[in-house]
Amino acid sequence: MAAVELQSIVKSFGATPVLRGIDLAVADGEFMTLVGPSGCGKTTLIRIIAGIESQDSGSVLIGGSAIDHLRPHERRVAMVFQSYALYPHMSVRANLSLPLVMSRLRLHERLPLVRLLSGRRRAVMRGIEREVEAVAQQLQLGALLDRRPAQLSGGQRQRVALGRAMVRHPDVFLMDEPLSNLDAKLRVHMRTELAELHQRLGATFIYVTHDQVEAMTMSNRVAMMDSGDIIQLGTPTELYARPANVKVAQFIGSPAINLLPGTVGAGGRVELLGRQLALEVALPAGAALTIGIRPEAIAARPATAAQDGEAWLLARLRRRENLGPEHILHFDLPGADLAPIVCRAPAQLHLPADGQVALTFDTMACHLFDASGARVAARGANAGEAGGREPVVVPFRS
Amino acid sequence: MRTSATLPPPPRRSRQLWIERLTGAGFAMPAFVLLLLTNLLPLIAVFYLSLTDYEFGALDAAFVGLANVKKAFADPVIRRSISNTLIYVAIVLPGAVVLALVIAVLVHGRKRMRSFYEVAYFLPVTSTLIAMATVWQFLLHPRLGPVNGALRWLGLPEVPFLSDPAWALPTLAVIGIWQLLGFNMVLFLAGLSAIPKDLYEAAEIDGAASGIDRFLTITWPLLGPTTMFVIVTTSITAFKVFDTVAVMTRGGPMGSSEVLLYNIYLEGFQYFHTGYAAALTVIFLVFILAFSAFQTFALDRRVHY
Repeated sequence: MAAVELQSIVKSFGATPVLRGIDLAVADGEFMTLVGPSGCGKTTLIRIIAGIESQDSGSVLIGGSAIDHLRPHERRVAMVFQSYALYPHMSVRANLSLPLVMSRLRLHERLPLVRLLSGRRRAVMRGIEREVEAVAQQLQLGALLDRRPAQLSGGQRQRVALGRAMVRHPDVFLMDEPLSNLDAKLRVHMRTELAELHQRLGATFIYVTHDQVEAMTMSNRVAMMDSGDIIQLGTPTELYARPANVKVAQFIGSPAINLLPGTVGAGGRVELLGRQLALEVALPAGAALTIGIRPEAIAARPATAAQDGEAWLLARLRRRENLGPEHILHFDLPGADLAPIVCRAPAQLHLPADGQVALTFDTMACHLFDASGARVAARGANAGEAGGREPVVVPFRS
Repeated sequence: MRTSATLPPPPRRSRQLWIERLTGAGFAMPAFVLLLLTNLLPLIAVFYLSLTDYEFGALDAAFVGLANVKKAFADPVIRRSISNTLIYVAIVLPGAVVLALVIAVLVHGRKRMRSFYEVAYFLPVTSTLIAMATVWQFLLHPRLGPVNGALRWLGLPEVPFLSDPAWALPTLAVIGIWQLLGFNMVLFLAGLSAIPKDLYEAAEIDGAASGIDRFLTITWPLLGPTTMFVIVTTSITAFKVFDTVAVMTRGGPMGSSEVLLYNIYLEGFQYFHTGYAAALTVIFLVFILAFSAFQTFALDRRVHY
C-alpha cells in the first residue's frame, strides 16, 4: 500500500496546455476522486500516474519514491479503463490471468510451442489459476470464467476489468470513468460495490469521473479540476458546503445551484435585485457579486405568508418535475431577465392556483462569489447575528 | 409476435406468409438471374465441355465421360505443371503474407512518412504486370541486368535467373510476392487500425510491454480474421499465376515454369483442344475450392473472437 504524490505536473499537447502544474498528495488507502468537466485534464493526469502518458515536467511519487523512470507495469498500479479494454480474443480466465502470466513467466515460457519445453511453467500456471479463481469468486465471476468478453453484459465486463486490476494486488488503483458506460441503475449499484471494494482492499484509489454524484458518494476527498488546475481539494462535504469557486458551486449538487447577480451597496451590504440582504462583505461599494443559493435552501410559500425580516423573492411557478418523494420546482422572477430559479420541495407542498409564491431563504445559506469567481466571506448584518458567522449550510433533504 | 409463432397460424396468416415469400423472391430475382448468366451457366458449360472431345471450330463432339480427366492425370506435362503451381504457391503464400505483415506493422508505427510508404509499397499493385515484366527482364538479365551486376560486384557467381530450370520458378515466385505485397500490406494496415489503442495501453500496464509480447498478446490474435482473408486471397491469386509465365518464360526453360493456368491456355487457345482444356479448368477449380474450403473451415474456428 502506498501514498501517491504529484509534484507540479505540467503537460501540454502541442501548444495546448492540459495540466498547469498539478500538486496533489493522496494518502495511503485514500479514495481520491478527480472530478471536473470534460477537457479539464483529469484523464491525462491519471494516465500520467499510470505511465501511459509522460509529463513535460514535474514528478510522480508512489510510496515516497519517484517513479517517473518506471514503465507502467513496474509502477505497481492497475488501471480500469472507461472502455474496460478487455482482450476480446481471450476468455475471462485468460483476461484475468494475463497480468500474472506476464510477471511470473519468463519470455521463453510464454512463447507458443517453445513454452512446452518448460517444466516450471505448469506449476506457475497452477498457482495463477488458483489466484484467478479466488478473485473471480470475490467478484461473482466464477461461472463466467470460460466466456469471452463479447458474451458478457456491461456490468459483467466491468467486473472483469476490476478483477484484472485486482489480481496483481497493486498499491494503487487508477480508474478512468469506469461506470460511465453502464445504465443508470447498474451505476448506482456499482457505486456501492466500488466503495465496499475500496474498504475491503484498503488500497489507494484514484478515481476519475465527470459525475458529481459518483464523486460525492464514494470519495474520501475530491479534487475538482478545471482547465488544467485543481480549483478545490477537500472532502465531499466541504466542496458542497463551502465551494471555493463559483465553478465548484455549479458542478457539485443536483439540481445545480441557483446563481443570481448581486452588487455591493453602501457599507458592504449585499444587494440582490435591488433589495438589501442582511449580509455584509469586505468589498468596495459597486462591486459585482454572484449570489449562489442551493435549491434545497429555498422554500416556496404563498406570497401572503412571507414574514418581515426574512429574505424573499416574489416568483411565479413555471414548471414542476415530479421525482416521487419530492418535486423540483422551476420559478420565473417577474421583471427580471434571469434563468428560472430551481427549488426542491416536498411532494405534498400546495401552491396557490395562480402560481404566485414567495421564495424564502436564509441569507446565511447564500454563497457569495466575486467577479473572478472566487468565494467571498460574508457576515450577517442583523444585530443578533453579527459576529463573523459563516453562512449556514442547509442540510441535504433527501 | 412471439406467442403467435408458437400457435398454429390461422389461414389468413399463411396466405400473408406466401405473399411475403413471393415478394422476397422477387427482390432476390435480378441478382439471381445475373449470377446465373455470368457465373453458373458458364460453369455448367465448362463442366459439360470437359466431358466431350470438342475441339475449337469442330462441328460436332463426342461424349467421352471422364476420359479427359484420366488423360490429364496421366500426362507428365500436366502433372509437372500441377506440382510447379503448388511449389509456386508454397513460396508465394508465406512470403507475401509474412512480409506484408512485417511491413504493415512497421509502416503502422510511422507517423509522418506513413503515406509515402503506403504508396511506395502499393505501386506494384497498380502497375500492369505485363509492363513491369519487361523491367524485371532487364533487371534480371544475366549480363546487362543490375542484379547480376551487384552479384558480380560482391564477388558472387552470376545467376541465370530466367534461363536456368532450377531458378526460373523461384524467380517468378519472388516477382509474384513483389506484386502481392502492397495489397496485403494495405489489408493488414486496415486490420491494425481497427485494433483499439487502449488494448495496447492495458497490455502495457499488465506487463506485456516489450514489442514481442505486444505482438503476441494483442496484434497477432486480433489480426486473425484479417490474416485469414489475406491467406485465402493470396493463395487463390498465387494459384492463378499466368501473366509472368506467359510473358517472361513461356513455361520454360524446359517446362520448369509451366503452371496449370498456362497449360490450360496452351491447350485451349494454342492447340484448340477445348474439351481437354475444359477438363483442366475443372481440375483447377476443384483445387481452388478445396483450398478455400480447407482454410475457411480449419482456420475460421480459431481466428474469430
